[in-house]
Amino acid sequence: MICFERVSKRYDEGHDALREVSFEIAKDDLVFLTGHSGAGKSTLMRLVMLMDRATRGKVIVDGIDMASIPNRSIPAHRRDIGVVFQNHQLLFDRCVFDNVALPLVIAGYDHREIGRRVRAALDKVGLLNRERALPVTLSGGEQQRVGIARAVVGKPKILLADEPTGNLDPALSAEIMQLFEEFNQVGVTVLIASHDLILISKLRHRIITLSEGRLVTGGAL
Amino acid sequence: MSKSRIEGAVQSKTRLSDRYNAWLRHHRLSAADSLHRVLDNLVASLMTWLVIGIAMALPVGLDVALDNATELSAGWDSPSQISLFLKEGQDSASAETLVREIEARDDVAGVHFVSREDALAEFSALSGFADVLASLEKNPLPNLLLVTPVASLVGTATDGLRSQLAQREEVAEAVLDMEWLQRLNSIMQLSRRLVMAIGGLLVLGVVLILGNTIRLSIENRREEIVIVKLVGGSNPFVRRPFLYTGLWYGVGGGFFAALLVSLSLWFLESPVSELAALYQSDFELEGLGMMGALNLLILGGLLGLAGAWLAVTRHLAAIQPR
Repeated sequence: MICFERVSKRYDEGHDALREVSFEIAKDDLVFLTGHSGAGKSTLMRLVMLMDRATRGKVIVDGIDMASIPNRSIPAHRRDIGVVFQNHQLLFDRCVFDNVALPLVIAGYDHREIGRRVRAALDKVGLLNRERALPVTLSGGEQQRVGIARAVVGKPKILLADEPTGNLDPALSAEIMQLFEEFNQVGVTVLIASHDLILISKLRHRIITLSEGRLVTGGAL
Repeated sequence: MSKSRIEGAVQSKTRLSDRYNAWLRHHRLSAADSLHRVLDNLVASLMTWLVIGIAMALPVGLDVALDNATELSAGWDSPSQISLFLKEGQDSASAETLVREIEARDDVAGVHFVSREDALAEFSALSGFADVLASLEKNPLPNLLLVTPVASLVGTATDGLRSQLAQREEVAEAVLDMEWLQRLNSIMQLSRRLVMAIGGLLVLGVVLILGNTIRLSIENRREEIVIVKLVGGSNPFVRRPFLYTGLWYGVGGGFFAALLVSLSLWFLESPVSELAALYQSDFELEGLGMMGALNLLILGGLLGLAGAWLAVTRHLAAIQPR
């Protein structure tokens, strides 16, 4: 589902964020991506959702070479991927419902369908009773759940999560990880960047480790 | 929520009619949302509307004033008269021939012959110099033909007739009497040009003001734009609410412009009719009218869109998720 072939990314200022990284993530897989900060985890995610383009090598997502996607088609590509961000990236002047509905509004669903899907997603993350709340009134864990609901509401094939448990205590982190496992069990390919080694080693999934832009372990299927 | 729903984790491709409906829906949504935002900041929006209204009212008000002046001067626009002073040594008989020849022209309505004797008599009677004139050896006045062009002859065509008549060998000099009217018309034309130039500058100003206002609202919503782009919002999707914001500012500005012009006319109405009454005229100020006001709204809307487009194309592409 996600395939990197000798991918390098050099930023304009000359910093090599990724060097010759190759790996493949199969459909329905759940993979953790780990490494120190600055190891290239975020860069790798950015390449998958086309926030950046590889300097060398090939990034293939769902069978499509990312180099073949023109800039104007990037939004459509992003609509096929659910993303959970460390800092949630919620709209703080909109209620929980509107935040989760955003991808569906962008995709142009009619409001009945949006209502059904948003409530289903909120139910899944346990926030159905908070749909009219503003994000500021929610705890960090709840905000992250809103972010997750927004990521899955469009039923993406791929779910990316960049440090989804970064600011949460261990118990909450475990709950969040369990959510991702549940999505994975229904057929979503999940890639989670996290430096919480204690947590992810307990979960018995494949772990890809990056160090200074190089892939250290976990490259083979 | 059911797992079964997620199990169908296949992107459902939307049909064309669905897409059209979605597009329409987002237009409605953007329009309503933008209007809400404009009305929520009523004081700031009022200021923007007033600035745009004043900038538009100025050239439009001047234009309305010029229209009124044209209307007024049209009443004076009787066909001008050309005075032909004949050369010395022409007797009355040859003058009569000339009169008939000129009268036969298509562009001449009538010719009145004033012989030098008549002219002298009239001059003596009116001027009070009868004694002096009587002591002159010969009559210093020339024969005079007063030529009235047909009413349809206006502007430069009248002058063309004058120069044609001036070329006849019997004619010493041809003078267009109503030259002051032509001068007035020229001044009015010049004023209209000036109003157009000022209007053009102010229109540019309105577009820039609106562009800047929209730029600020883009800056204010920068984070929101980043998030929308992160979850797959296309550029047109992000652009739409801002274009509608520009539209609402522009239409509101147009409304205030119409209001300002109407208020000014109402303010001037009674002194103008007083003045007109003093000149025994029943002249009345002509206002914008419904169509004029509607045009102002439309023009305002278009300017708003233009300003928003300017801001959006310049600044929106630069906002990318980092």
